[in-house]
Amino acid sequence: MTGTLRADGVSKSFGGLQALAGCSLTAAAGQITGLIGPNGSGKTTLFNAITGYERIDSGEIYLDDQRITGAPPQRVFALGVGRTFQLTRIFPRLTVLENMLVPAHRGRPGKERRDRAMDLLAFTGIAGHAGALAGTLSYGQRKLLELAYVLVAEPAVVLLDEPAGGVNPSLIHLIADRIRELNSAGRTFLIVEHNMDFVMGLCDQVTVLDSGTVVAAGPPEVIRTDPRVLDAYLGTEGADD
Amino acid sequence: MTSDRAAGDATASRPDGGGGQLAVDPATTAPAAPPLLTGTRASARLTSRRLAVSGVVVLVAAVAVFPLVFTNPTVTSIAIITLIFVAVAAAWNLFSGFSGYLSLGHAVFYGTGAYFLVVAAKDWNLTGTAVFWLLPVAGAVAALLAVPLGLVALRVRRHTFVVVTIAFFFIAQLSASNLTVTGGSSGLLAPVPNWASATYNNPFYYVGMLLAVVTVALSVLIRRSRFGLQLRAIRDDEDRAAGLGVRAMPVKLAALVLSAFITGMAGALWVYFIGQAVPQFVFDPLFDLAVVLMAFFGGLGTIAGPVLGALILEPTQQYLYLQQSNGYESEILFGALFLVVILFLPRGVLPTAIEYLTPARIGRLRAAWAAPRAGRQAVRRGGPPAPPAEGSVS
Repeated sequence: MTGTLRADGVSKSFGGLQALAGCSLTAAAGQITGLIGPNGSGKTTLFNAITGYERIDSGEIYLDDQRITGAPPQRVFALGVGRTFQLTRIFPRLTVLENMLVPAHRGRPGKERRDRAMDLLAFTGIAGHAGALAGTLSYGQRKLLELAYVLVAEPAVVLLDEPAGGVNPSLIHLIADRIRELNSAGRTFLIVEHNMDFVMGLCDQVTVLDSGTVVAAGPPEVIRTDPRVLDAYLGTEGADD
Repeated sequence: MTSDRAAGDATASRPDGGGGQLAVDPATTAPAAPPLLTGTRASARLTSRRLAVSGVVVLVAAVAVFPLVFTNPTVTSIAIITLIFVAVAAAWNLFSGFSGYLSLGHAVFYGTGAYFLVVAAKDWNLTGTAVFWLLPVAGAVAALLAVPLGLVALRVRRHTFVVVTIAFFFIAQLSASNLTVTGGSSGLLAPVPNWASATYNNPFYYVGMLLAVVTVALSVLIRRSRFGLQLRAIRDDEDRAAGLGVRAMPVKLAALVLSAFITGMAGALWVYFIGQAVPQFVFDPLFDLAVVLMAFFGGLGTIAGPVLGALILEPTQQYLYLQQSNGYESEILFGALFLVVILFLPRGVLPTAIEYLTPARIGRLRAAWAAPRAGRQAVRRGGPPAPPAEGSVS
């Protein structure tokens, strides 16, 4: 399972607003790459561009050597890129287990799908809610469900949009542990997150976005002290680090 | 005995495989998350499943013997129309209820099936029971029409989709009034079978019953299938479903085509029974409102809801219509009912009732049911004469 995700000079504007301006980044195979930046810097737009939810004006997106620019969401997913949303998007009127059975996975019999779904629910710690309507889950549990069903089809690359946002500290640890475990099995991660401890503790590489452009990229310890980063992003928020 | 089982379920996972797929093995449950699926709920589900199965058997048997008991042609005529609407409401629900795409244009498929039957029966000189063989063909024609309509309409969602389906409806109605093949505004006559008057309605009745039963059975199968799951995922969040690999357009289109197929057959059966195809009745805007009301009334997206809605509302409407010299009053009543349902029971009677019957309440009802018979009879004697159907609460 390999999966290098590469954005090359991606630009996107909404009317007069330039959300992405020649943004290039690489999420290397088998690594956890963090994507940070102030609000409105284009992180979610980049996620949407990669996963086919947003058409881009120019630039290219590659998964390994395959060009996936402009591919619709279902195709991007089928090629092995799964994502979660900043505001979790689950299927509230389906049960938790039914949610797990929505993702397409070819050629598996029903029993095997169910077992795999239950395994993943146990892995994320919400197996006890399998029969409950997903709409009754708490916010943190929804995050876990979204992570679990993205994993059903065993994507090579997983994009997580604020996995720790609005989640209580013990769940944050659980989520970080699960990401590490999946990563050690070879899965590539690209993670947008505002929680600096989470990002710095988890990621192999960190890319900093500001006004739709990459201003810095490198290992966490370098990013932490980069003056441009401190200026653009950590200046106020990172003072207490 | 009942409390025994509930206790057993709470401590051990059930040994039986059927219906137990949703049960959670305690071993796989993380310690932090207490099992939500408690024994009470699991046993309540078993009980309700058993109740549902026996209810369906009783209902189908009752429907099967109905025309043998009630031989009055007025009554059986109402029953035939009702069965047709059971099929249509279930077919509409199969697309709109499951996918969340509310169609107000199903009369297009109903009317297409109807006109096809009348024209084809005349062209091919078919009469009597042979005409019934045209039903699947009429359904196929309606299904074929659903492909281009769906490819256009299913590109938009929610209110826009509703408006597009209404536009299709008016295009169909205007076409029927103006084309020569449909006989223009004066319409066409369907063939009249030369069956004995005493049992004239029976063939229509049993074909209608077959159509209704097959449609409901199909709904059950689809709801349990991966196809049904994808439709319901689309209903909840289509973009998210796409991001999980669901190919939304083919799934939605398949549901619409299947729904149109059944609706076309129902329209063909209806026109053969009614005897004539006139544009304002074949393409009737009230048809769509009636079907939508039936589904909403009973419970959108459920299996039993649209069936219940059709079984209650269609005979009521027919009865009111027959009671009054003009049709306006029954239509006003129906409009008012629509308003009440949308305002107070937007999810329908069944889901609201099921929510009311929480496991705790069901437990209390069962306890009351298991109470000594003498006690209950004493209660009965004390109060006003109790209705015989005490068990119908559950």
